[in-house]
Amino acid sequence: MRIGLARPDYAADEALIDSPTQWAWVGLLFAALAAFPFVANEYWLYLACLVGIHVVSATGLNILTGYTGLVSLGQAAFMGMGAYTVAVLQARWGTPPLLNLVAAGVVAMTGGLVVGIPSLRVKGLYLAIATIAASFIAHFVFANWNAVTGGTAGLTVAPASFLGVTLDTSFRIYWLIVPLTVAMVVGAANLFRTRIGRAFIAIRDRDISAEVLGIPLLRYKLLSFAVSSFYAGVAGGLWAYFFRVVTPESFPLILSIFYLAAIIVGGMGTILGAILGAAFMAMVPELLKLVVDWLPLGANATLVLSPVRTIVFGALIVGFLIFEPNGLAEIWRRIRRFFHLYPFRT
Amino acid sequence: MPFQESVAPERNLLQVDSLTLAFGGVQALGGVSFSVAAGSITSVIGPNGAGKTSLFNTISGFYRPASGSIRFEGRDITRLPPPKRAALGIARSFQNIALFRGMTVLDNIKLGRHCHLRTNVFDALLYFGRARREELQLRAEIEERVIDFLEIDHIRHAPVAALPYGLQKRVEMARALAMRPKIVLLDEPVAGMNREETEDMARFILDLRAEWDVTVLMVEHDMGMVMELSDHVVVLNFGQVIARGTPEQVQNDPEVIRAYLGSGRIDALRARLAGGEPAEPAEQAKQPA
Amino acid sequence: MNFDWLFLFEISLAGLGTGALYALTGLAFVTIYKATRVVNLAIGEMLMIGAYVFFAFAAGLALPVWLSIVAAIVAGGVLGALVERTMIRPMLGESPISVFMVTVGLGSILVGLVELIWTADPRRLPEFLPNDPIFLGEAYVSPKVFYGFCVAALLIAAMLLVFRFWRGGVALRATASDQAAAYSMGIDVPRVFSLSWIVAGMIAAIAGIVVGAIGGISSTMGIFGLTVLVVVIFGGLDSIAGALVGGLFIGLVEAWAGAYLGGEYKVLAVFVLLVLILMVRPYGLFGTHEIERL
Repeated sequence: MRIGLARPDYAADEALIDSPTQWAWVGLLFAALAAFPFVANEYWLYLACLVGIHVVSATGLNILTGYTGLVSLGQAAFMGMGAYTVAVLQARWGTPPLLNLVAAGVVAMTGGLVVGIPSLRVKGLYLAIATIAASFIAHFVFANWNAVTGGTAGLTVAPASFLGVTLDTSFRIYWLIVPLTVAMVVGAANLFRTRIGRAFIAIRDRDISAEVLGIPLLRYKLLSFAVSSFYAGVAGGLWAYFFRVVTPESFPLILSIFYLAAIIVGGMGTILGAILGAAFMAMVPELLKLVVDWLPLGANATLVLSPVRTIVFGALIVGFLIFEPNGLAEIWRRIRRFFHLYPFRT
Repeated sequence: MPFQESVAPERNLLQVDSLTLAFGGVQALGGVSFSVAAGSITSVIGPNGAGKTSLFNTISGFYRPASGSIRFEGRDITRLPPPKRAALGIARSFQNIALFRGMTVLDNIKLGRHCHLRTNVFDALLYFGRARREELQLRAEIEERVIDFLEIDHIRHAPVAALPYGLQKRVEMARALAMRPKIVLLDEPVAGMNREETEDMARFILDLRAEWDVTVLMVEHDMGMVMELSDHVVVLNFGQVIARGTPEQVQNDPEVIRAYLGSGRIDALRARLAGGEPAEPAEQAKQPA
Repeated sequence: MNFDWLFLFEISLAGLGTGALYALTGLAFVTIYKATRVVNLAIGEMLMIGAYVFFAFAAGLALPVWLSIVAAIVAGGVLGALVERTMIRPMLGESPISVFMVTVGLGSILVGLVELIWTADPRRLPEFLPNDPIFLGEAYVSPKVFYGFCVAALLIAAMLLVFRFWRGGVALRATASDQAAAYSMGIDVPRVFSLSWIVAGMIAAIAGIVVGAIGGISSTMGIFGLTVLVVVIFGGLDSIAGALVGGLFIGLVEAWAGAYLGGEYKVLAVFVLLVLILMVRPYGLFGTHEIERL
């Protein structure tokens, strides 16, 4: 039971990690992340890398949708912009991967700014629908700008080469993806300790009051789009390096819905929510695969898997929205509170 | 139509001149003019629908007046967008509480200072360095000046949605103060409060002027508070100023009494309804004593 | 220049035919929005269920066509009622975005169900529409498109009359704007909700049968719903007349884009149109403008 925390100064009160026990847990987590690749097999490494990419994208979407309240179904399109940027740069100029990733972020960010410009006039649901339109327009460009994007066939990506090491296995690319993911998540958490993050939340909660307090709405909405699509662009770039193939079908609307579902399930408006949601949504199909294999369905198992996955996906969205709108993060908070307060109840 | 002020124009912090505002066919403000002297507590009163909140919204910048001007510290701000007016030092509280429900009390208050902070997005992502310094400085200032002043230290980490109404109103004022404003527009600061809370709020408002050197312009229905606190009262009815002056002058003004209590001349009303007697002459602003 | 007017005319007729179906589905959408303020992205999937139930009865159980149609309509109504009761009612009072996401989830569930029972392979519906080619002057119109247009036109006209003359139409709008006030006026709000979803489900089922008859059925039929979204944004989310005009217009634009620019430009044209509408007139041609109170 945690009785209380003495905070000797304001810095301690403002810190992200606020007690020695938390530091211990975080240390453990980092140790686990570092040790993981040495003990895990190829399958789990693959999953870990995928989860990392999902976490980056979900965190970006969370900034835009969870924290600023601008619902976007265009995250996949921005990822696509980032992925194609990396593919093109890698193929044509062989520039170093980190530079490519930054470029991917910047290109996606420009896309985000363009989509964000109408956000002052177009609000709420209408903005969400506008992002659907942007998603389709982006898909059209990917499929038809043959000179750059290779049309419907797409592009292949040579493996990234970092300090002379080719990142062509899951083990190796893990060391690119995971530290980057951690850095970006910490960056997002930092954002919400400053006036920028607060301004985003203010816009979500009551944009008229935000204006009265001196927050220029368009500028901050655009900033939110910019940061969020930068994250998407980097995630897309990592995707390109990970899967090494980029086609217009890699980033369909359903992927945007996946990310939106991830932050709903995880908990919108919390950093932990994006992480939990992304991890959960990535794991669910694998879990389903196990369950379906285990059931005595014989050859029908593979036929059943895809539709069952679709149903579970939809059911998760509906279920969490109805029963646990604050997502997994809320469940996590409740568990933590239980342990903090034990043996008391409230 | 010129009007006379009892205060020299140079000392006017806020000056509103012949503001007109209409929504479709409804005239919300019909040539409203008045001044707010620096360091004063000025109240705007009037029956419901008189245009008080519309006036505030126009001063804040949400409504663009059809004609007229607003001057702040001598500078014309009629065309300035709301965020820029905040940067000049105009703070505002709202009739229905406009706190940000997704944040704690502390975060809400920190937001008040937004336009004066300098952290940009890159500083923010990194946090260590400029952002951290600014945040800690902000925190120290808010704790020492605002939170202590308004006696809300026990709820600083509480989510605002969980607070009772009276405390929420106080947090709103704290947020306005964090802006280090020159003038604060209070829209019904004691609406819905009991006696104790009203007295607390009145004390805070007086302390605002004394300790913070902030000019107060408030809309209020609680006549006791208005009469006791105000240096200057402006009375609005049907979008026009029908009286202005010290609380005593306004209290005894027959136009004001008529606006609040009705004209009481039943026969004149009947005649007017029957289409006989012509309508009353338009309300003219009275000369202050 | 020898411009092929006949071709244009034929394309336009085909476009109007699809447009009428868009309008019909738009009608289902608007019914839901008018009563419950819910943007139902799963309208395409509800249409799909109607088509598949018809398929199940007509092809699977080999029942007569008229009975299968009735069965499909009933199924559509039941689906509407079920969805409203289990997914929409609990979300009362939540933000519109959350409810929107619930309909997205619903769409996913429906697609999965269809794939589970009938697999993802496209199917053809048993023929039940007369097959003789139709000629309007010299222009050829596919008979299925023609009859589809007639069905859609009839239904839309019927709904327009119902909303115009039935006092339930006012009740519908009342519950949409203020539930508490509607309740206190004696309007049975839950019943209005259920009724609107049931009617929408039935209309969607009919549209599904027609769309399926024209182009076959598959688990991706729901994509129809995205174009319908553009239609209702164009016409105004709560306007039946808007759905009608919007449907016909979008059908035309799509047909012209497909014929003169190429098949892959159809989707682009529609969505570029959407962006334009959102920029210029976000509330649509006939939609009611929402005023923000400070």
